[in-house]
Amino acid sequence: MQPLTARRVMWTCGGLAAVLVGCVVLALKLGAVPISVTDLIVNLGRVAIGQSDQLPTEYRLIVFDLRLPRILLGILVGAALSVSGASFQALLRNPLADPFVLGVSSGAALGSLLALTLAPQYALVTPLGAFLGAMATIAAVYFLGRRDGQLDSTTLLLGGIISASFLSAMIMFLVTTLAGRDLRGIVFWLMGDLSTPVPAGLRWIFAVGLLAGIGAIYTTAADLNLMLTGEREAIHLGVDVTRVKLVVYVSASLLTALAVSASGAIGYVGLLVPHAVRLIFGSDYRLLIPASALGGAIAIVLADTLARTVLAPTELPVGAMTAIVGAPVFIYLLRRGLR
Amino acid sequence: MSMSDISARAFGGDPAPPDGRTLRLNVEQASYAYSASAQSAPTFTLGATSFQAHARELVAILGPNASGKSTLLRLISGTIAPLSGRVELDGEETSRLDTKTRAQRIAVVHQESPVVYPALAGDFVLQGRYPYGRALRFASKEDIEIAHNALAQVGGDHLANRTIGELSGGEKQRVILARALAQQPRLILLDEPTLHLDIGAQVELLERMRQLAQEKDYAVIVVTHELALAAEFADQVVLLQHGRCLRVGAPAAVYQRELLEQVFETPLDVELGPAGRPRVNLRVHRSEDIT
Repeated sequence: MQPLTARRVMWTCGGLAAVLVGCVVLALKLGAVPISVTDLIVNLGRVAIGQSDQLPTEYRLIVFDLRLPRILLGILVGAALSVSGASFQALLRNPLADPFVLGVSSGAALGSLLALTLAPQYALVTPLGAFLGAMATIAAVYFLGRRDGQLDSTTLLLGGIISASFLSAMIMFLVTTLAGRDLRGIVFWLMGDLSTPVPAGLRWIFAVGLLAGIGAIYTTAADLNLMLTGEREAIHLGVDVTRVKLVVYVSASLLTALAVSASGAIGYVGLLVPHAVRLIFGSDYRLLIPASALGGAIAIVLADTLARTVLAPTELPVGAMTAIVGAPVFIYLLRRGLR
Repeated sequence: MSMSDISARAFGGDPAPPDGRTLRLNVEQASYAYSASAQSAPTFTLGATSFQAHARELVAILGPNASGKSTLLRLISGTIAPLSGRVELDGEETSRLDTKTRAQRIAVVHQESPVVYPALAGDFVLQGRYPYGRALRFASKEDIEIAHNALAQVGGDHLANRTIGELSGGEKQRVILARALAQQPRLILLDEPTLHLDIGAQVELLERMRQLAQEKDYAVIVVTHELALAAEFADQVVLLQHGRCLRVGAPAAVYQRELLEQVFETPLDVELGPAGRPRVNLRVHRSEDIT
């Protein structure tokens, strides 16, 4: 018996954080204009000691104005999607749950688009609309997935997939009727894309929302471990199931909403990353949640670097990259009987 | 004098503690009704039920399907509150305890604990320490020791590092039981624990429960429809049918042929075994027997 210790959580997360730093350096280096690692280190060093005015202009433009914000956004989106995927998997006791598969991402996308149409003058309206859309969708899918008062795994997934396609159709309808919209931008956004930076005024809100959401879910990590064996069991072991469900549903919807309003509906990250983390580090949520956050960040940073470079100078939406990898793996997991 | 005493006396049973054992569970005129909504008529009711369980005692709740066994179990475990009457553990109403305190005092073992992701048996047993921890509940040295002891008590030391999925039915049942023991409860409820076990494992489980109850002062309640097992292992039997409590008392007093035949709707033979415990046999007529 080797129970999980706080020390092991720290070491694992430390290791993953180091890998993430490596990926960030790689992502800063690669692109239409390659930059050597030495230059990067020298220039990052200059920033670190407060001499950012000595930077060459093209570096400032490429590294600090283009690539770095995009990488930071990728970290945020990856962490948010993975943690919300891991949370939905525990609550719904379904290893294939993921904000994209469940339709929550599409709900958030429709919500933010509606909000943008109704009140475009407020910057905060997109994440707020996305949040409401995500909450409404997960509630709907939850009730669609019930059969005789029990959550049925197959019905739940079908309910999610059908909701997702319905909501995407609604988005298409909305977009087509709106005059003067850039259709390519919308398509990119539906697939999930990191090329549009978050407005400067919203950056802090996004960062705080991300940390608050992950933090709130992490306080329930021990409870989620027990919820995985079933609600009834969890109650008998002393878990306040109603409180845990409320905290986790709201926080996971918040995380999905943040990710979607910043980058659109990127799929499969919330499914694949927790799954890979489980295979490597085990399924204890006290480790799974922080490791998924870091793993999700790594996955998106790498996927976006690929999306920027494979067809350079043309860019792919990052959601296309994650779906190309994710959909076959999803089918594989489904065929293997979810184990 | 409580209702259970009255009913038990009337039928010749003697549930009163022979050696002044402490009273653990007191179920007094507890009833419950399920209904689809507040306005509609109840779809199932459990009539007033009374019995008591003392420390070191094993009580069987016996009855056919849909007799109200599970409802009574839920009332005892405190997840639902009785409509009338009371269910008290050591003088406190179980439904009024907060979930964590309740989990420190009552352990519930269900037929089968489903596991979504592969977990080590040892980690599974450690879950029983949850109600004693705070926040993220990383296991303390004490928790690990208690979990080890719990596994040892069910004869499962060697199972700690195996995943739940690869265990046999009997081994899995032991690990689930060990988790209940790790809760260090005063009352253990077993819900149809023998359902997926072969006869050897069934006897082993109940034998072990009786022994643990003696050693650790637990009161043990077993919900079952296995007449033979209840007769052999229970100190007291609570007989239910269609949501009504028919009899409470020692197996010898409750096991009457006409009564059991009527409750289980099957022709049966009941005889008294050597240790004063009743034996139940199926009486099946075959055509050649009649001719």
